[in-house]
Amino acid sequence: MGIIVDGIKQAFLLLIHGDKQMLQIAWLSLVVSGTATILSLLIGIPLGSILGLAKFPGRRVVVSLVNTGMGAPPVVVGLIVSIFLWRQGLLGFLHLMYSPGAMIIAQFIIAFPIVAGFTLAAMQQLDPKLRLQITALGVSKIQLVWQLLLEARLPLMAAVMAGFGAVISEVGASMMVGANITGQTRVMTTAIVGENSKGNFALAIALSVILMAIVYLVTLLLTMIQQRNKVR
Amino acid sequence: MNPMQTKAVPPALEANNLAVKLGGKQVLNIAELQVNKNEVLVIIGPNGSGKTTLLLSLALLIKPASGTITYQGYASSKNTATLELRRKLAVVFQEPLLLNTTVWNNITLGLRARKLPVEEIKARTEKWLARFGIADLAQRQAKTLSGGEAKRVSLARAFALQPDVLFLDEPFNGVDSPTRQALMEDFGSVLRETNVTTVMVTHDRSEALMMAHRVIVLINGSIRQMGTPPQVFSNPVDEEVANFVEAGNIMHGVVSSQSEGQALVDVGGLRLDVVSNLSAGAKVTMFLHDDDITISLPAAQTQLSSARNHYTGKISKIFPTGSQIRVTVDCGIPMVALITKRSWEELSLKIGDTVIVSFKASSIHLIPK
Repeated sequence: MGIIVDGIKQAFLLLIHGDKQMLQIAWLSLVVSGTATILSLLIGIPLGSILGLAKFPGRRVVVSLVNTGMGAPPVVVGLIVSIFLWRQGLLGFLHLMYSPGAMIIAQFIIAFPIVAGFTLAAMQQLDPKLRLQITALGVSKIQLVWQLLLEARLPLMAAVMAGFGAVISEVGASMMVGANITGQTRVMTTAIVGENSKGNFALAIALSVILMAIVYLVTLLLTMIQQRNKVR
Repeated sequence: MNPMQTKAVPPALEANNLAVKLGGKQVLNIAELQVNKNEVLVIIGPNGSGKTTLLLSLALLIKPASGTITYQGYASSKNTATLELRRKLAVVFQEPLLLNTTVWNNITLGLRARKLPVEEIKARTEKWLARFGIADLAQRQAKTLSGGEAKRVSLARAFALQPDVLFLDEPFNGVDSPTRQALMEDFGSVLRETNVTTVMVTHDRSEALMMAHRVIVLINGSIRQMGTPPQVFSNPVDEEVANFVEAGNIMHGVVSSQSEGQALVDVGGLRLDVVSNLSAGAKVTMFLHDDDITISLPAAQTQLSSARNHYTGKISKIFPTGSQIRVTVDCGIPMVALITKRSWEELSLKIGDTVIVSFKASSIHLIPK
């Protein structure tokens, strides 16, 4: 119990003093996971919309791939990205290995199937007749998709939360492609693993408390946006 | 063809050899169908006969497997349901299908998509909100509306588009009775005012009788009969059509007296109590649904009832339809009632029995001739 109390005390002190290293780690976590989430929305929402609305041969195969991707273990994603970014790898010339860029790529691959899967589900739970009605109003294809996304805006916020939640808390891929280098690729989760393995439980708990606080604040913000227009 | 041949006004819309398949099964097979300019064409038929599929095909929302649909000479082949053509049409579905935003945004969406000038969008929206009596709802969120209000918004949304052809799929279904009456009256007067070419689907024969210039009877995906309401309702071409249209009683009569919205109408010797404001001397056509009539034994007559009309007659014909029996009672004029098999057995009825038919004054749909 002493360890936990100590850890919370230390977390409090680190926050109060605005510990520079601490802030840098937290900031990098937000930048990497935030960027990966935004990229995954840019790809995942259109992909999920197409899968939810269009009919084409092979659609089921793609849907099953997306569904598999939703549960892909981060370490496996990390491994695959490593193989590509490794110096002798196919994309080795980019020199991205062990950089925040590599972590963004890995986290994007983890997040976009989740966003696509949630978008697909959100589109499919809309009344199919609504699509006919909007079409009948004489809108273009793009306007139709936009109106349907507006209709599905509440479940789509869940897609954003699920995507961000998955990558901010992910450790395996970040560890493999970022390597937890102090001042360069160290993020909250890899730092926690590092401190824990050094037996530095108090610091690990402090970092965990701060990570939880970040996740909570971001989710709270998204929830407030989601529920803003809700009629009781 | 002789180019000098004078042709009458071309139809607003024409379908030829139209076949529609859903899930590999052919559900629609229309050899030829024309919708004339400014007419109200009503498609009736039993459930599952393909009415909605036909409507959605004509409205270019379902791609037919084969055949053509032509709008005033402008053919829409299989894959060219162009946006331009679509913008000449408006569709009102059975459900209001409003978007999760304000009433105003719902009505303006189609107008904004057409990139109309802002002033015109505003003017049209205000006009149609007012016309359907919902001007005060403009800023309300659509999902806070009652069923009747939402229906009015969906009608206003369609009329605001000023379509060349208006399509409606069971527009008054699921609206409760007093609201429905007001809604149908408002809709009817707008229809007469705008004179817009209209195709409407309904399973309600009284709606067809009241609104249609022409009626199509659709059975098993093909047109079984086409004609004016009197032609179809009085002279069904075969037993199946008869079975469907005879599900109601059509009566012609003359109003003999009027007091405070209650009229007495003389029909072939009977005097019917009807809810109507028409004054004495008016000739009317009336429609009474078979399931609005109840049958009782003469002994039970002492029981008081709110039904205003009771007539004694003899059972002349019965026709079983599934779990129900269609009973024709000769009361001077034939009255067709739909009762359950169980009531038939409990009352131990048979052909030739004397029974009392009863119905409410408000069950009768009435149109002046």
